[in-house]
Amino acid sequence: MAEDKFIYFDNIATTMTDPEVIEAMLPYLNEKFGNPSSFYEFGSQINDDIKIAREQVAALLNADPDEIYFTSGSTESNNWAIKGFALANQSKGKHLIISSVEHYSVSHSAEFLKQLGFEISQIPVDEFGIIKIEEFKKLLRADTILVSVNFANGEVGSLQPINEITDILKERKIVFHTDAVQSVGYIPIDVKKLNIDMLGFSGHRFYGPKGTGALYVKKGIRILPLINGGVQESGKRAGTENVPGIIGLGKAAELAQKQMPSYIPKLTELRNKLTDGILEKIERVKLNGHPEKRLPNFVNISYEFLEGESILMMLIMKGIMAASGSACQSKALKVSPVLTAMGVPADLAQGSILFSLGKHNTMEEVEYTIKELPTIIERLRMMSPLYHKFKKNQ
Amino acid sequence: MTNPIKYNKKVMEHFSNPHNMGELENPDGVGEVGNPVCGDMMKISIKVEDGIITDIKFLTFGCVAAIATSSVTTTLVKGKTLDEAEKITRKAVADALEGLPPIKMHCSNLASDALYKAIVDYKKKHGIPLSEEEIGREKKIDEEDIHE
Repeated sequence: MAEDKFIYFDNIATTMTDPEVIEAMLPYLNEKFGNPSSFYEFGSQINDDIKIAREQVAALLNADPDEIYFTSGSTESNNWAIKGFALANQSKGKHLIISSVEHYSVSHSAEFLKQLGFEISQIPVDEFGIIKIEEFKKLLRADTILVSVNFANGEVGSLQPINEITDILKERKIVFHTDAVQSVGYIPIDVKKLNIDMLGFSGHRFYGPKGTGALYVKKGIRILPLINGGVQESGKRAGTENVPGIIGLGKAAELAQKQMPSYIPKLTELRNKLTDGILEKIERVKLNGHPEKRLPNFVNISYEFLEGESILMMLIMKGIMAASGSACQSKALKVSPVLTAMGVPADLAQGSILFSLGKHNTMEEVEYTIKELPTIIERLRMMSPLYHKFKKNQ
Repeated sequence: MTNPIKYNKKVMEHFSNPHNMGELENPDGVGEVGNPVCGDMMKISIKVEDGIITDIKFLTFGCVAAIATSSVTTTLVKGKTLDEAEKITRKAVADALEGLPPIKMHCSNLASDALYKAIVDYKKKHGIPLSEEEIGREKKIDEEDIHE
């Protein structure tokens, strides 16, 4: 591995912006700087370009273009969907259900609503991080207005049973929102077929620009705006459009739709190779998440007797970037709540490392990682009092 | 999931090439603090001759800072008298590393505590009476361990 090169296995943090996306954006940072709300054509013609971007995003999800609202990313989309829907529909009920493995943009939005008198229930998950459907059914009440479950578990990549959830909700006329930030661009999503009412995501997770995203809201569903001001985004989300970002997001959506059939099988192959390689070569490890029902790019594995940050640092020293669910890696010094909800014991959650692959990764990078990781784990285990104890008791 | 933590060169040196890593055979004193749930665990073993720490080794389960503080603590202590070693504070450990990120300061606490417990263990095994102050500090360390 050349010293100036590094292996980027942290595609859940963000992805490399696709050069085609950058190229598509450039004119809007240069000569096409007009404001779409302007009266003159120099500005107003940009509306035509935004329209195309909206169609590109809609096509990726099989939504109608007027069901797509551009935002600053999935955090805003999730905040808006949950708060905006709850506030607009509170006369119908004040009970919301979310899963116990949501991103903070969902769980903290729900917490916020609690202060306004809403009630929140959480669906427990199984050992794979997948919601327990029977438990979910028991939580449904006459005053339940909204259910929010991520499309895939954000830390281990297990896919949620979206079809089953929406089938249950359809009869009861309860609205369903999903945080699809890890899934859009990695798995085909058809909002019509899956009966999804609201879906949020970010552009930068699938090779689009940062600070971009969208919220899909099915026609007929009423949500209040969170950002008040002008009439942009049909009066639902005020503020002069992030034109370069929107154009870039549209391009990223177009590329994803075109390229997914080729890179999903490639990612799956890399994922399986990396997973199998680690499980084969290193003893006392555990794959977190469902072995099959998971995103094609997630490899989350716990290494017994170890703490994640020191593994991450040794990986960095070998030029490999990844992520961890350890307490030392969180500002709150608490171990990942998602892994905790899955029943992963604290010491195993401490030693969890997530490799998230992207379309730019190669088999060579996977093989290099499989070669280097056992030495790193061995070195740190030699330092670990827990490993020494285990060896003595063997 | 991640949090940007910047470590200085000194910390990275100790993390990459830790000093006195391992476990002493037939140690004269052993101190263990922390638990895997809170994310850090340290075990320090010492050899003592004529009141001087002649050898010391550490084992650590923990982050970069935990490993670096363990390593630097062992280098501070080797060749010191028990009384001198006892007085090594968390600040002395952090200073020897030329500083730690604020969020990681508790790691330096853990290292000096593990060392302290090893010394107390030695004294207990060799019938050296503990002062009231020493008993108090040992109790405090054990209490903190449970709370963390």
